[in-house]
Amino acid sequence: MNEYFFFAGYVVLQYVVLATAWNILGGYAGYVNFGTGAFFAVGAYTAVALYKAYALPLGLQILAGAAASALLGFGVGLLTLRLRGIFFSIATIAVAIVLETVVLNWHYVGGAKGLPTLRPASATFFDSYTVWLFFVMAAIAVVAVGAARYIETSWIGRGLRAIRDNEGAAECSGVPTLKLKLAAAALSGGLMGAAGAPYAQYLSFIEPSSTFSLNYAINALAMPIIGGMGHWIGPVIGAVLLGTVQQVVTVTVSSEVNVLVVGVLLVVFVVAAPEGILGLLKKWTRNFYR
Amino acid sequence: MDQELLQVKNVSKRFGGFTALDGVSVAVARGERFGLIGPNGSGKTTLINCISGVLANDGGSIRFGGEEISALPAYQRTRRGIARSFQIPRPFHSMSVLENLLVPLEYVSGGRDEQAHEILKQIGLADKAQTLSNQLSQVELRKLELARAMAARPQLLISDEAMAGLSSNEVSEVLEILLRLNASGITVIMIEHIMQAVMKFSQRVVCLDAGRIICEGTPAHIVADKDVQRAYLGA
Repeated sequence: MNEYFFFAGYVVLQYVVLATAWNILGGYAGYVNFGTGAFFAVGAYTAVALYKAYALPLGLQILAGAAASALLGFGVGLLTLRLRGIFFSIATIAVAIVLETVVLNWHYVGGAKGLPTLRPASATFFDSYTVWLFFVMAAIAVVAVGAARYIETSWIGRGLRAIRDNEGAAECSGVPTLKLKLAAAALSGGLMGAAGAPYAQYLSFIEPSSTFSLNYAINALAMPIIGGMGHWIGPVIGAVLLGTVQQVVTVTVSSEVNVLVVGVLLVVFVVAAPEGILGLLKKWTRNFYR
Repeated sequence: MDQELLQVKNVSKRFGGFTALDGVSVAVARGERFGLIGPNGSGKTTLINCISGVLANDGGSIRFGGEEISALPAYQRTRRGIARSFQIPRPFHSMSVLENLLVPLEYVSGGRDEQAHEILKQIGLADKAQTLSNQLSQVELRKLELARAMAARPQLLISDEAMAGLSSNEVSEVLEILLRLNASGITVIMIEHIMQAVMKFSQRVVCLDAGRIICEGTPAHIVADKDVQRAYLGA
């Protein structure tokens, strides 16, 4: 098969992870993260720094990237999740700006110029490293979706939904709201970091502005909204659909237009179908059986 | 003092320069039916917010079952046996009535669907189990508040104006429920403006005005009190 399909497929899978991770906190608990780019980049730069310093293998890079971003999620949560409402969202924007500035001035990983990373030409069992990275990202996606699905159907998910519906009532019903929010923030951040960790290997290069790109934040939020936030499959549908459309548009039209596509779709769905594609499907099947 | 379930001593709460509670002390005995009245803004809801942990009290002590609980977060107090309903119903609106009850059942008492159905039957919501909670009527929402509080298996139930805005039939229905719960051994604190209901329900009543207790005693004693008449009853 043409290697391009793996190259493009990697990006779609990466968005499956990011959208699923975002939805754990944003969809289930109702706390909106605008800083997906920062969590992604912390994973990517942690991996690059460790690769440059100790030549860590990819698996350990991913674990380390996930751990660093989970810690970031926990930290931002600890500072802001005691308060309800938008403080967490504002803090995630601030964190993204601060961390990008830090990395811009961190010369060890290339600073503003960026850093080329020499990756192996091939991997065990695979002719091309891109194909190998595709399967690595697929594995991360399976873990992310599996975690989201487990949370959704367990007592944790019910607690998070209670927080989203009414936090005061949730606390008085025995839900340890702060602990649950912190756990969700750490898990969500960690998965975003895992999605970012192989990024430098994938591009053979890393530089701050595309790694911290606002596009990650917009996509991670748009995909669950378009797919449907109430169910674990929603972000997957949104990511596959929107990710694929973006890849096609990038190749056939331009990479600027693909951002426009996301914007237009987001507005259309928020106005016309706030429960996303899943909500539409539910409505149609209900009418069908009536 | 073993039969005192709840002991509030000298509790104060300030919001900026406004003193909502000014050295309030009350004790509620195990199994008691306790009424809390007072004009709007007198501190009734603030007091129960301090007891249930929604607000932290600025001074004084709150003991429950002999244990100091002022520093505990609300969910810990619920797990120790304090459950409350909210004045303005706060259902988990994306969940069915049954799921609303599963939250406290899972997080506090370890129960499952059967217990939830049992509580719904007691409260008179059995036929609404699968209804989405944002489709309930006012009286059903009040009942859901009580049912969800009951699902935490409380020793102390605090009912914050569960009857406000209901018809007289509905008021008697809710009153019936609270009396039944009390008969099953649960201590009940009732906050209410409907005097008829408070007087019928309570064994002892406390009247708050401007953050202070102005009178405490049997319903008959409260109604006859000059200060209560001036501050609240408007006689």
